[in-house]
Amino acid sequence: MRIKRETLLSVALVTPSIIAIAVFVYGFIGWTARVSLSKWKGLLPDYTWVGLDNFKGLFQDPRFHIDIRNTLIFTVIFVIGSLIIGLGLAILLDQNIKGEGFFRSLYLFPMAISFIVTGVVWRWLMNPATGSRMSGLNLLFDKLGLDFLINQWYTTPTWGIAFIAIPAIWQMSGYTMALYLGGLRGIPIELREAAQVDGANEFQIYQNIILPLLRPITLSAMIILGHISLKVFDLIVAVSGKQLPLDVPAIYMWQVTFDGYFFGRGAAIGILLLLSVAVLIIPYLIYTLRTEAEV
Amino acid sequence: MRARTRSNKWLIYIPLILAAFFYLIPMYVMLVTGFKGFEEVSLKTMWDLPKAIRFDNFIEAYDKLAPYLWNSFNMVFPAAIISSILGSLNGYVLAKWKFKGSEIIFPAILFGMFIPYQSILIPLVEFMRDINLYGGLPGLVLAHVIYGIPITTLTFRNYYATIPKELIEASRIDGCGLLSSYWHILLPISAPAFVVVIIWQFTSAWNDFLFAVVLTSPTNWPVTVALNNMAGSQIIAWNVQMAGSFLAAVPTLLVYIFLGRYFLRGLMAGALKG
Repeated sequence: MRIKRETLLSVALVTPSIIAIAVFVYGFIGWTARVSLSKWKGLLPDYTWVGLDNFKGLFQDPRFHIDIRNTLIFTVIFVIGSLIIGLGLAILLDQNIKGEGFFRSLYLFPMAISFIVTGVVWRWLMNPATGSRMSGLNLLFDKLGLDFLINQWYTTPTWGIAFIAIPAIWQMSGYTMALYLGGLRGIPIELREAAQVDGANEFQIYQNIILPLLRPITLSAMIILGHISLKVFDLIVAVSGKQLPLDVPAIYMWQVTFDGYFFGRGAAIGILLLLSVAVLIIPYLIYTLRTEAEV
Repeated sequence: MRARTRSNKWLIYIPLILAAFFYLIPMYVMLVTGFKGFEEVSLKTMWDLPKAIRFDNFIEAYDKLAPYLWNSFNMVFPAAIISSILGSLNGYVLAKWKFKGSEIIFPAILFGMFIPYQSILIPLVEFMRDINLYGGLPGLVLAHVIYGIPITTLTFRNYYATIPKELIEASRIDGCGLLSSYWHILLPISAPAFVVVIIWQFTSAWNDFLFAVVLTSPTNWPVTVALNNMAGSQIIAWNVQMAGSFLAAVPTLLVYIFLGRYFLRGLMAGALKG
């Protein structure tokens, strides 16, 4: 009897959260999906069914083509950049060096700062002005005699979005390093010693033993970074305002919905973003929880 | 072989120090600009150290940002504390009182951590309007509390999972029920998890921009929205923007410097490896 009562009580304790998540996550997703299939354009809700028209309109919209292209470029550079820098720093820090803790905290501190702050500062660092109005990193390069590095940053035609990945890498590569460092610490020292006894050099140990063992970490990091990059929004807003060449789906969604009142199209972008994140996250969630259960 | 590796070891510090410069550049620029007097500020001398330590820029930035900094403070504490309490209760039940269906509920809650908020933004705004919380801070707090539940639940569940079952069983023999076991056994040893979760929620709510920009009206803006607005304006000088950025970063930076250990644990929970 007591058991039964307590089961009820335990369910009761989590019920408020379950209801909140059911409504605010799943209910709202359903609601957004419904809006994405409606005609709603204007201040007053209009749920007239239009099928997939909003999605069709979106895929015919040149602005959305720019968004997809920008997201792809940004994602590739951001994810690869963060992985390389993160792995490199983690391997260096794993060499039993003095001051490891200091460097580690230094590389990670950008994680504590908001993308808005990062964006505002990098907007000035990546100031594209030239000549007498030159400033930021261009000015630094000029002073150091590294003139060949001077460039137009995020105002570079066509490839401007690639430069937005720099502040994003600045912010997230330390985190990637921490993930890798955690992975390196998990590799039993006996494995390395055994390889040394067999005559493998440092390089071979990394290539044949350590890097393959880090593959699951790379996968997690790619998924975490990938889903951040699909959602990227505040960083770009803070660096560049809302310029079309640097547009991404999240900015388009915000503008078309809250400035343009085209709720149907905004909802369609939201649903597409959700689907692309879900493709990454759901298998990952299933996989992590399953391995966790096996341990 | 061994001797050679050792003598070359200092070489490792070259890339490490170069990387340190990369991470510190924005901090350097924010600080040297902030401490310059107005007459000394020029884009030409952006990289130079200030001739004397002055607070003009910080004072000007604080004048502009103060109300918004307070909005942020008023919003983050309730947001962090309420979502931590909910997370603790959920974590307790999901780790120690599994019921039928709880193994489905847990991932279903976790999924909420990863969704792009663009997919719930329109209903969220409509809902807040319907319940009259649109525009103010309570609505923003509510949003942070609810969308914080997944990560707080995850952290507490993982933490409570490490606590031996025997402890709970022993307390039951002593006549403790579900709630009194929580109150007398788990809560007193939950401090580390609470610190991790509160810090994590504090940082994410403080740094949030998306919810703030769609849910609050200008007088209730948290500092991120105000700062972004300031940066977009042509009237406010770049040096004041830099000082303002620093002010907006200080609270979370202080948390990181003094409680970084716990911050890191929250960070790792986000990668699902508890």
